[in-house]
Amino acid sequence: MISAFKTVAWDPAGRRAGAMRPGRHPGVLCGAAIVAALAAAAVFAPWLWTGDPAALDPAARLARPGGAHWFGTDMYGRDLWTRTIHGARISLIVGACVTALAVAAGLAIGLVAGYVRWIDAIAMRIMDGVMAIPGILLAIATIALAGANLATVVAAIAVPEVPRVARLVRGVVLSIREEPYVEAAVAMGARLPKLLLRHVLPNAVAPLAVQGTYVCASAIVTEALLSFLGAGIPPERPTWGNIMAEGRALFQVAPWIVFFPGLFLALAVLAINILGDGLRDTLDPRIARRLRA
Amino acid sequence: MFAFVLRRVLATIPVMGIVAVFVFLLLHLSPGDPATVIAGDYASPEDIERIRARLGLDRPLHVQFASWIGRIAQGDLGTSIFSNLPVSRLIAQRLEPTLSLALLTLAFTVAVAVPLGTVAAWRAGTWIDRAVMAFAVVGFSVPVFVLGYILIQVFAIGAGWFPVQGYAPLSEGVGPFLHRLILPALALSAVYIALIARIARASVLEALAEDHVRTARAKGLPERLVLLRHALANAAAPIVTVIGIGFSLLIGGVVVTESVFNIPGLGRLTVDAVLRRDYPVIQGIVLVFSAACVAVNLLVDLLYTAFDPRIRY
Repeated sequence: MISAFKTVAWDPAGRRAGAMRPGRHPGVLCGAAIVAALAAAAVFAPWLWTGDPAALDPAARLARPGGAHWFGTDMYGRDLWTRTIHGARISLIVGACVTALAVAAGLAIGLVAGYVRWIDAIAMRIMDGVMAIPGILLAIATIALAGANLATVVAAIAVPEVPRVARLVRGVVLSIREEPYVEAAVAMGARLPKLLLRHVLPNAVAPLAVQGTYVCASAIVTEALLSFLGAGIPPERPTWGNIMAEGRALFQVAPWIVFFPGLFLALAVLAINILGDGLRDTLDPRIARRLRA
Repeated sequence: MFAFVLRRVLATIPVMGIVAVFVFLLLHLSPGDPATVIAGDYASPEDIERIRARLGLDRPLHVQFASWIGRIAQGDLGTSIFSNLPVSRLIAQRLEPTLSLALLTLAFTVAVAVPLGTVAAWRAGTWIDRAVMAFAVVGFSVPVFVLGYILIQVFAIGAGWFPVQGYAPLSEGVGPFLHRLILPALALSAVYIALIARIARASVLEALAEDHVRTARAKGLPERLVLLRHALANAAAPIVTVIGIGFSLLIGGVVVTESVFNIPGLGRLTVDAVLRRDYPVIQGIVLVFSAACVAVNLLVDLLYTAFDPRIRY
């Protein structure tokens, strides 16, 4: 959803050496560090002073943050630190899977559409149609029908992201196919698959990396949102959105139930966005040039 | 000019056609039997059969699509399975809160984001610029429902300036109407402000680098007029475009914001329909919202020619 506005425009032909390396950009470093920390928390969740995310403790219902429960407890006395850390798992899995799926599908469609005229006309009209449907609504409708589990949630969030990736890749293909070295490759009898893999794909890697981060941030927000609305992953799994949904009714009594998962969600999205902006500033030749000037 | 408008209007037909196919096929792409899915887990075989006949699911696919499209063209969006009311009437009933929230958010966004972006570009590289850009990144990253709860906590529960939740229709007076709508509109506009401030900054920055701005400054035009008449006027077209593209983001946000603030609009209708698997209602809402998006983007395209006199068709 959010990625709609961060669609990357790219002109590989304008590429120049001398820009700041991504590995030195403060935004890239900072964003990557936070993402790495969250990923580590998700992987090692059972060993981070957490208990069983489903363990009930009626005696400690709605405990305030602090003491035995760092983030407090919910209405069943479940520990929110445990649940929030476990929630990172779903969010990051969904973010990674949606990004992989949307980039793979968009790449395939974009590469073919950029090279085959008649497919281009049809594929791009279909992409226009998909883009006209508000992404969240499309996801809600899909999940409502296909049933709510991890796979359908990933697919439902990925589909609305595909057109923008496809358009980006198609743009790269169209700008690169007129380049002399591509013409030379064609003249030397390179076949289409080789042409796409050897010459077009390497030019699409940088813009795809940037667009991928935006897709990932957008996917994490959308997953949380679907859970929050009760239209996502079933409430038995602790996801940030599900925890917040449970805390909704008790918001005035126990605001911490909504607050901590919300904080983690915002932090994750912020980190990925900073990482993406940093990558764009260092990898996009036009912006890199402007920053140097 | 007329030919251009006509061509743009006609171009929306294939897009809406593909949207319609998608919305129609959604029901049939779902695994298993749609009638069983709609009926839910506790339905008897008779219930399922009744739903199948009611939706015409026993007929061939192309016949179903043709009759569905035919009815849509006449403004008939079907009947709710849950309440038995026409979907078009359900949508019309919920239109006011949603439209009010969207329009107030839009007004708020433009009023804040455009000056913010312009000042950031004008003072590019200074702390003002950096503060605006930092705000843009943060605003982009805090999801609307998280921000909504923070605003409720601070301004409604803490300061007591606003009611915590709820909606008052315009017929109850402008005062209570706005009083209840300000917090949701604020929450919803954050993402939008971040987005448009960013685009406004980039566009104004580009316009400020142009020769005619240098000329305007050289002839001694006051900086205020340089900014307004030369920089902002030239930056208007891309800003308007982004407001148009942003409309689909706004719609997604409205659905969520209504849930947080308990506003009885189309978003709530959507969520209720999903929980009840009221498929005709879901289909109707997706179709209406998509049509609204297409219409807004058409309008933006047409406005573009007004903002950029170089484009004439």
